[in-house]
Amino acid sequence: MNEASMIGMLSTTVSFGALLYLACIGELISEKAGVLNLGVEGMMALGAVTGFLVALNTENPWLALLVAMIVTAAFASIHGIFTVVLGAEQVVSGLSLTFLGLGLSAFFGKSAVGNPPGAILSNVDWGPLSDIPWVGPILFQQSPMVYFAIFVGLLTSFLLTRTSIGLALRGAGESASTVDTAGYSVVKIRLAAVATGGALAGAAGAYLTLSITTSWQDGATAGRGWIAVALVIFGAWKPGRAAIGALLFGGLLALKTRLQTFGVNFSPILLSMIPYLLTIGVLLIISIRARHRPSASPSEIGKVYRREER
Amino acid sequence: MTSDSPLAIELVDIWKRFPGVVANAGATLRVKKGTIHAVLGENGAGKSTLMNILSGVYRPDEGQVRINGEQHWFHSPSDALASGIGMVHQEFRLVPSFTVAENIVLGASEKIIRRSFIEKEVEQIAQQFGLAIDPTRPVWQLSMGERQRVEILKTLWRKAQILILDEPTAVLTPAEADELGKVLRKIAEDGRTVVFISHKLHEVTAFCDEATVLRGGKTVASSLKVEEVNESDLAGLMVGSSPMISERPPYQEPGEAMLTIEGLGTLDDRFLPAVKNLNLTIKSGEIVGIAGVSGNGQREMAQAIAGLRPITSGKVTISGKDLTNAPPSERFTAGLGYVPEDRLGVGLAPRLTVTENAILRCYKNLRKSIFLVSEQAVNYCKEIIERFGVRTGPIDEPIAGLSGGNLQRLLVGRELSGNPKVVLAAQPTRGLDVQGVKAIQDLLIDERTEGVAVLLISEDLDELLTLSDRLLVMHEGEIVKEFDPTTAHRHDIGAAMAGKRDES
Repeated sequence: MNEASMIGMLSTTVSFGALLYLACIGELISEKAGVLNLGVEGMMALGAVTGFLVALNTENPWLALLVAMIVTAAFASIHGIFTVVLGAEQVVSGLSLTFLGLGLSAFFGKSAVGNPPGAILSNVDWGPLSDIPWVGPILFQQSPMVYFAIFVGLLTSFLLTRTSIGLALRGAGESASTVDTAGYSVVKIRLAAVATGGALAGAAGAYLTLSITTSWQDGATAGRGWIAVALVIFGAWKPGRAAIGALLFGGLLALKTRLQTFGVNFSPILLSMIPYLLTIGVLLIISIRARHRPSASPSEIGKVYRREER
Repeated sequence: MTSDSPLAIELVDIWKRFPGVVANAGATLRVKKGTIHAVLGENGAGKSTLMNILSGVYRPDEGQVRINGEQHWFHSPSDALASGIGMVHQEFRLVPSFTVAENIVLGASEKIIRRSFIEKEVEQIAQQFGLAIDPTRPVWQLSMGERQRVEILKTLWRKAQILILDEPTAVLTPAEADELGKVLRKIAEDGRTVVFISHKLHEVTAFCDEATVLRGGKTVASSLKVEEVNESDLAGLMVGSSPMISERPPYQEPGEAMLTIEGLGTLDDRFLPAVKNLNLTIKSGEIVGIAGVSGNGQREMAQAIAGLRPITSGKVTISGKDLTNAPPSERFTAGLGYVPEDRLGVGLAPRLTVTENAILRCYKNLRKSIFLVSEQAVNYCKEIIERFGVRTGPIDEPIAGLSGGNLQRLLVGRELSGNPKVVLAAQPTRGLDVQGVKAIQDLLIDERTEGVAVLLISEDLDELLTLSDRLLVMHEGEIVKEFDPTTAHRHDIGAAMAGKRDES
């Protein structure tokens, strides 16, 4: 392994990490409000194909990103309406969203397979910063989406801990009746959280096709949506910890494609299991600790809230 | 506290109906500013509903809500809070993983939370009213008493002028309850108004200035001066009288002892003694009634006998068989039929079908096919339906749609079908319509005639006086007095319910 390939791998780690992180923060917001959305993989695929198609037709990558986020927010709201308003089972509805999203993306993306991109989100030029050895190529020659992901993470962390709306959102996932009594609409909070989660999953998808692969093919998301879901647990529902996890899991994704070039004889299939194994490990720790203190997971996740029940 | 204080709260002729239940049927409440006002009533008397209307959780079907003389229509709890009404619910509305300060600020108008500033403010109010609490601690670490202080602080921090506390002492130890009394007095002296919902008489007389008594959703006594009434009067008002439909069965000589309880002790949900050294023998062919203000250990006693609550001391035997540590199924086989207080949930499983509920107690004996619901099971269920006149829809559908009366007939039918030697019935007619009450009472009388020993726990004194052969009064986990129902005076029973013992 030489210096160039090492730098290449670390740079990919950051870009994959940001991709996972965007989707993960979306899912985190949704779960904090009490709605588990297992449709991340489908939302990401739909965002990816939407972004690619809009870029193909308008040649405007920013418009493509925006449309992708709006479309997936609307798509996620199907889950929101089913589970929050109609009281459907969150796991079932979320899984349906995954399959629906994958199907829709394959259907609409058919014509775009093999096409060159209409436009891409080109890397941000940080001037002299980009020329710093190691640090420059790894941190300062990245897609704007990387910086967007960092911004989203910081903003979410601030909103959740320092503002009343964040408090209400967390409360909706911990004790919905309390938030209701406090004068908030649990339904509105949860719907907004699910839609936001969808928008961020869509942003991650658009990032994939507009910056990373710069092409569309069926199944382009390749399970990254699921890793994002696992990442929420791995990060113990904390944006900061999830960021570390995102880099770790991003690194594993980056390593996967390079194992051969590095001359390491390790199965890439086993490698791609590692995020899930780590997540199970973290889940175990969380469960053991939950015997002495409340679990890190929002305690009313998956529960429908209904008022005036007697 | 003067009699000419202006009225802070006026609830006039409030009606509220829920599917199958009328929770408030013309309830009225008038509370003077700067006083602690008790709202008394048995479970199901409509206290909580009335308070939920005052605090904006429910909207009344009819009636008026006036605060400081001004008419209000609250659409939500935050509406009520804006008019200065804060409610401390019986089940705390707190987020366990949040800190005290976070819980207090939840729902406030601040957009950005200045943590240290709020913590300081909370500390100040806490000191003013003697509510010791650390605002930075997460709520899950707090005791129930401390959590209650957070709830009170929450309303005070929002400058509530009217505080409603729904059975605030239910979760407190006696020492914590006394402490609460002092805090409430300070709040009242500050010019605020406190509404104190309870069915514990001694707390009402100790903490409150005035009392309003509800029964069956109606106000039966309004703004009584606590100094001028005694606990017996209040107990009498709470239980009241309802028209009796069933007639007193003719006297019959009881047979041998069927259920024997010696020195029974058990704990409540907070692991405090609920029943203390209780002795009781019920003979074949008699109905023994247990009277008492609810919350005096009746529920725990029934659960201990039924095997749903661990027995900490003493012995329970049914026709000579020691069942102290036996599981519920063994008690059923030994001849105990149990009609629990919570018919839906403990007695019957709402999502199971009529047939499945009917065979819950005996499916092991019925089982001759690999399927749970066999032809035999269906026949067994049909027998119960016919014999006990249960009106149901299709028997392979969930029971959730059945009316209260029919649910109770199914439950009682199931328990009586095991040919019990002892029937333990807790509040068997509560919430039923006239027909349902009569049907269940007649079933209990029939069982008695056939030589079954019946233990009847009820909040309806008339029911107890009519059905019982002996009437025992329970107070704070002990039996304080025995009455002969044919000669007993209601006033004496009321006094015993308030804790007056035989010897005193």
